[in-house]
Amino acid sequence: MAKDARKIAAVGLAAVATIAVTACGTESQSNSNQVSSTGSASAKQVQLTLWNVDSGLAEQVDNKAIARFNATHPGYHMTGEYFESTPYLQKLQIAMGAHQAADVFSNWGGGRLYTFVKAGDVLDLTPYLKADPSWANRYLPSVMKSITFNGHVYGVPYGNLQPVNFFYNKQLFAQYHLTPPKTWDQLLSDIQFFKSKGIIPISLGGQDNWPDLMYFEYLVDRLGGQQPFDNVMAGKPNAWSNPVITKALNMMKQLANMGAFEPGFSSIGSNNGSDAALLYSGKAAMWLMGSWGYGTIASDDSAFLKNLGWFPFPSVPGGKGNPNDVCGNPSGFYSIPSYDSPAKIKGAIQFLKDNNLDSKNVADLLQIGYVPAVKGIKNQLKKQKDAAYETFYYNLAKNAPYFQQSWDTALPTAEGNELDTDLGKFMVGQMSVAQFEADMNTYLTK
Amino acid sequence: MDELGLLDRARPDLGDGCLVTDRMNLSRLLMMLPAVIFFAAFALIPMCVAVYYSGLNWSGVGSATWVGLQNWKSMLASGELWHSFWLTIALMFWCWVLQNPLGLVIGVFTAGAQRHRAVFGALYFIPLLFSSVAIGVTWSYILSPTFGLMDNLLKALGIGNGFENWLGNPHIALFVIACIISWQYIPFNALLYQSGVRQIPRSLYEAAMIDGAGPLRTFFSITLPQLKYTITTTTVLILTGTLTYFDLIYVVTNGGPGDATQVLAIDMYKQAFTNLNIGAGSVIAVVLAVFGLLLSIITLKFTGFNKMESQMEGA
Repeated sequence: MAKDARKIAAVGLAAVATIAVTACGTESQSNSNQVSSTGSASAKQVQLTLWNVDSGLAEQVDNKAIARFNATHPGYHMTGEYFESTPYLQKLQIAMGAHQAADVFSNWGGGRLYTFVKAGDVLDLTPYLKADPSWANRYLPSVMKSITFNGHVYGVPYGNLQPVNFFYNKQLFAQYHLTPPKTWDQLLSDIQFFKSKGIIPISLGGQDNWPDLMYFEYLVDRLGGQQPFDNVMAGKPNAWSNPVITKALNMMKQLANMGAFEPGFSSIGSNNGSDAALLYSGKAAMWLMGSWGYGTIASDDSAFLKNLGWFPFPSVPGGKGNPNDVCGNPSGFYSIPSYDSPAKIKGAIQFLKDNNLDSKNVADLLQIGYVPAVKGIKNQLKKQKDAAYETFYYNLAKNAPYFQQSWDTALPTAEGNELDTDLGKFMVGQMSVAQFEADMNTYLTK
Repeated sequence: MDELGLLDRARPDLGDGCLVTDRMNLSRLLMMLPAVIFFAAFALIPMCVAVYYSGLNWSGVGSATWVGLQNWKSMLASGELWHSFWLTIALMFWCWVLQNPLGLVIGVFTAGAQRHRAVFGALYFIPLLFSSVAIGVTWSYILSPTFGLMDNLLKALGIGNGFENWLGNPHIALFVIACIISWQYIPFNALLYQSGVRQIPRSLYEAAMIDGAGPLRTFFSITLPQLKYTITTTTVLILTGTLTYFDLIYVVTNGGPGDATQVLAIDMYKQAFTNLNIGAGSVIAVVLAVFGLLLSIITLKFTGFNKMESQMEGA
């Protein structure tokens, strides 16, 4: 029976093995679906690889851009590889460490990208952009902050803008002669009204924690502008104990206590679409979500789209922040590794310049309902199937004096994850405001 | 170790000369080699590597710096590790309390030779055939407030308001997880008990019948004592299995709400692969391994599991 004893011990050891084996394994594992867009490449060509987290229609649009690049740049041959976003984060992390990342790799800017920038592994695009002002001026200025560090630009946007706004059920609002709230106080009174009618005022996917964060970052920005979070990013001692942050947390607590969210919001997910279901099934009146929420409803219950309305996050009376500021994910970004060979870097820059968010790529994106972070597409937007919403969120992002990137991606990874977890604990009453701030403050000195 | 001990004691009987023994040893070593290599490659070496990693400040990218015991100090000082540790113990406790008695009852029931018992046995066995991920997804839908089957059934029966928050309430989430895990593994334990019961000699029951013992008395005086080692087996399997249980919890709550179901295995994964803090993750991995080793040593010591003397015919 000693064999059994060893077996049991092995169960414990297996836990250890998981770390070591997976840590080494991810890099060599290639579970990507490679798409080669043109035929065989000749030996003289410079081979380029692009990594992206798109799928479905967006992946097809990316492949079209790659095909156009390959057709018009005979010296290069680019291949697109597509991944799921969560495993991609790990893959990228390991590949960057081993200097094996793709020649063009997608990222979300912010703290995660800055980790690579600090290591000197990301190409500074500033000189290239300065040399070609027409390229540099293509993008919306409000999104460029996420990839600008110490005045240098380390990436360019691709794909679509993802600002966060409120969605609401127009039918329910019309039924009770309500108009979308413009101020925090109006929002509170609408919440009370819907609650008295037995309707869930706001749907919240609290199980995933990050939907809680949308309220937090918007309230902090409305109350105190950019400064409180800039202090956190700068690692200033006790930056999380800022009175503005305390007030924002108390306002979130107030929402939870007054029953603004569905009962049991902590087990309703957003990743699995349960929060959207509350809105389109008519059980909830409002929903705070990124622009992808429109796509979720379009695919889960397109019949509801005619009742779907939207409005920006309300202003908070007396707040120092600009009520036109938006929060969310500014965009996806493409960056180039600095350790690449000069020939590859040249090719990668050509791709970003000629085939990413050029007029053809923009037209393809608009076709699938994606609004890219480029200037001057207002008229094109009007022709789209979902023109009303697309115009709304394009303007929301374009007119924003400040586009606050989601804090959990802006912050270094561990701090961002802890923020999400702590907010989840705070919302279910496992953490007080003071405990939340004390715990987050410990990350500032790290 | 025991097998070797037996063989050592048997050595004199092998008879003439060292040659035979040496050849025996050589072939023994050769035969052990694949297992030893496998064990070293997938258990011992990773274990040592994890101990080494636990002294690194490393995100998985770029250069790692050796920080000695820094990770250990900060992990042991933070409440998080201890929180996860106690949750793991609580989960082991609940899983044992839920799985063992129910598994025993179902096992004894299905072991009977009566009509349809085999059909019941097959039905009870079904949950074990599903993957943990499928079970997790299904149960999270069943337990979802508002839309879930459970709340709507309870509401139809007049119990609750249809908004019972099974998985989102930090006070009961771990218990609910233990129930789902038990739902999956009770059939397995029942199967062990079923075969355990079938090995009990009929003569014992016949003797009990002659002595005029009723079904309850028979159960407590014959079936239960005869299942002593089966109980030990299921206990060891439940405890060690729950210690590293990961997939279902990851799917159902991902450690939430907050960190109410963040057991050691989930914490280890999050530290190493979500927070990209390989050092901290390795600390938890080593803690888990040591915990598992201690657990198996303790169970073996106190249950006499490794002696495994025969109890056939009431011996």
